[in-house]
Amino acid sequence: MRILTLIRQVLDAEESVRVRNGAVELEGSKLVMDTMDEYGVEEALRLREAGAEAEIVAVSVGPARAEEALRTALAMGADRGIHVVTDVSLDAIALSAVMAQIAKAEGAELIFCGGQEADWDSQALGAATAERLGWPQATWTSALELKGSTLVGKHEADEGSESFEVVLPAVVTTQQGLNEPRYPTLPNIMKSKKKEIRKETLEAYGAAPKVKVNGVEIQVKERLKKILDGKDAAGAAAQLVKMLREDAGVIA
Amino acid sequence: MILIVAEHANGKLSKSAYELASAARGLKREGGVTALVLGSGVASVAASAALIADQVLVGDSAELAQYDAEVWSAAVAQIAAEGEAEVVLIAGSRSGREYSPRVAVKLDAPLLEDVMSLKDEGGVLHAEHYTFLTRVTERVEAKAPVVVVTVKAGAFAPAVPGTTAAEQFDVDLELPKRRLVVTGSTKEKTGRIALIEADIVVSGGRGVGTPEGFVQLVEGLADQLGAAVGATRAVVDAGWRPYSEQVGQTGKTVQPKAYIAVGISGAVQHLSGMNKSKCIVAINKDGDAPIFKIADYGIVGDVKEIVPAMIQELRK
Ligand SMILES: Cc1cc2nc3c(=O)[nH]c(=O)nc-3n(C[C@H](O)[C@H](O)[C@H](O)COP(=O)(O)OP(=O)(O)OC[C@H]3O[C@@H](n4cnc5c(N)ncnc54)[C@H](O)[C@@H]3O)c2cc1C
Ligand SMILES: Nc1ncnc2c1ncn2[C@@H]1O[C@H](COP(=O)(O)O)[C@@H](O)[C@H]1O
Repeated sequence: MRILTLIRQVLDAEESVRVRNGAVELEGSKLVMDTMDEYGVEEALRLREAGAEAEIVAVSVGPARAEEALRTALAMGADRGIHVVTDVSLDAIALSAVMAQIAKAEGAELIFCGGQEADWDSQALGAATAERLGWPQATWTSALELKGSTLVGKHEADEGSESFEVVLPAVVTTQQGLNEPRYPTLPNIMKSKKKEIRKETLEAYGAAPKVKVNGVEIQVKERLKKILDGKDAAGAAAQLVKMLREDAGVIA
Repeated sequence: MILIVAEHANGKLSKSAYELASAARGLKREGGVTALVLGSGVASVAASAALIADQVLVGDSAELAQYDAEVWSAAVAQIAAEGEAEVVLIAGSRSGREYSPRVAVKLDAPLLEDVMSLKDEGGVLHAEHYTFLTRVTERVEAKAPVVVVTVKAGAFAPAVPGTTAAEQFDVDLELPKRRLVVTGSTKEKTGRIALIEADIVVSGGRGVGTPEGFVQLVEGLADQLGAAVGATRAVVDAGWRPYSEQVGQTGKTVQPKAYIAVGISGAVQHLSGMNKSKCIVAINKDGDAPIFKIADYGIVGDVKEIVPAMIQELRK
């Protein structure tokens, strides 16, 4: 079986966001493989460790620097990478066309995709890719097991969670809580340097953005920051309640 | 024509349906607003939808008793194509955001996700939505004859129902077989006001110490204020609280009038779900906790002392 794990390189969550020339400035900031994608790589590795015979292929569409994120996936244990090198930023629907073509060409049976990555806040890539392939999907998965060719798991729904079963091929979107991603060990980091990352061009896939970005802004709401010292608990509580009632007018 | 997919739960039209109607009206397109109601035994829901739309299409069958991404996307895409909808509006709920990409692919349409504003400029749809864990506002446009849009909960004022009911029509749907088989579910219902609809949210984090501490402090304060209860991922993962209460990147997004964070550090992923709240209140014993950086009011102190004192004060 071949498993694809989709990888995005994003701003580290701890970094502050800056905007320059109508775009988020990433130059000089720490960029990492999205945590959401780490869960996917980890889960693929676990399925293999639980007995599934699988080749794990990490796929990323993005600028040259995205190779670093792919290297992280390889250092975790993925077998090889595919990097569609482009500076064009594709929306999820357009990107899914690329992912579906790669999945077909690779004969993949299972795709992991982050539930909502930290850069574009989109939740659409997994479902759109599944639709293009004519596959079912399980989103926001919090537990997963492979029994023969059936995935058995749990995922979050509108209210509460559901247990599910779905026969492969399928797309699974991952989230925090699914597993605890491993840190690459030094030997694995060394080994990963020799693993293949195939470079491709976006032109080969004929995908173009469907959504045009006209600009970005950071709207920081000025906060009052009226912070009281709580050593005198009763006094501070009384003052806070008074402020919420009279100044803010948010409680009765 | 603008198609809105009207969500419902427990036999009632959801608040999101009213918000979609309002977003649709704002576009002032010819052909009016058509509401699509999907489900089983949905006559009363359809009747409510008839008060906010110009036409209601009803898919009422046993096959639609339970949501499924493939079934829903097939139904919505079929109706959108048959009715030549220019815009398809879907609620930005977890399910809405799950099946909408499939609708977009089926219709070869762009998808605008989780929008908080929507404007029509010469036939081109312009929208704003958040990116970078709700820290950045991105302005986008979709230049295409057909566009699929998911609408952020709470971003549009709900439409006020009219007094005359629009006409209703039953539709025949060609539905695919379900492939994701749901074998069990845990519904997490509380008697409290829904998290995303509440004016006040009291949320608790690991700082409340124990599950009992959560009940006593967070639920206690919420009950006193008539507020909804939220939680951080840390306490949900610890099994103290149900997932349905989780606020943040992988939980719910809320923007109440007041958000009261009790023993919450303020990790970016948590802030992502609440940083647009009108007034943020924090109680944490660590004065350097990041939550204070975005707080309007707060107390540096032990929640075990401060919160009971607040409850006392509110009872006065
Ligand atoms: C991909 C990803 C997605 C995530 N999604 C979410 C999400 O959706 N929602 C979410 O919440 N988190 C999410 N997280 C987790 C997030 O990073 C934090 O770990 C989490 O929010 C921390 O929860 P907390 O504030 O309860 O706990 P902590 O960070 O442990 O904070 C506890 C706070 O309580 C204070 N405290 C302790 N005792 C007391 C006392 N007696 N009185 C007063 N204060 C006290 C401490 O000073 C501390 O600030 C996500 C993480 C990742 C990687
Ligand atoms: N590849 C790695 N191998 C070993 N330790 C690591 C690795 N990456 C991060 N760490 C350590 O794990 C801790 C948490 O890392 P992080 O979550 O990446 O900030 C820090 O002490 C890091 O130095």
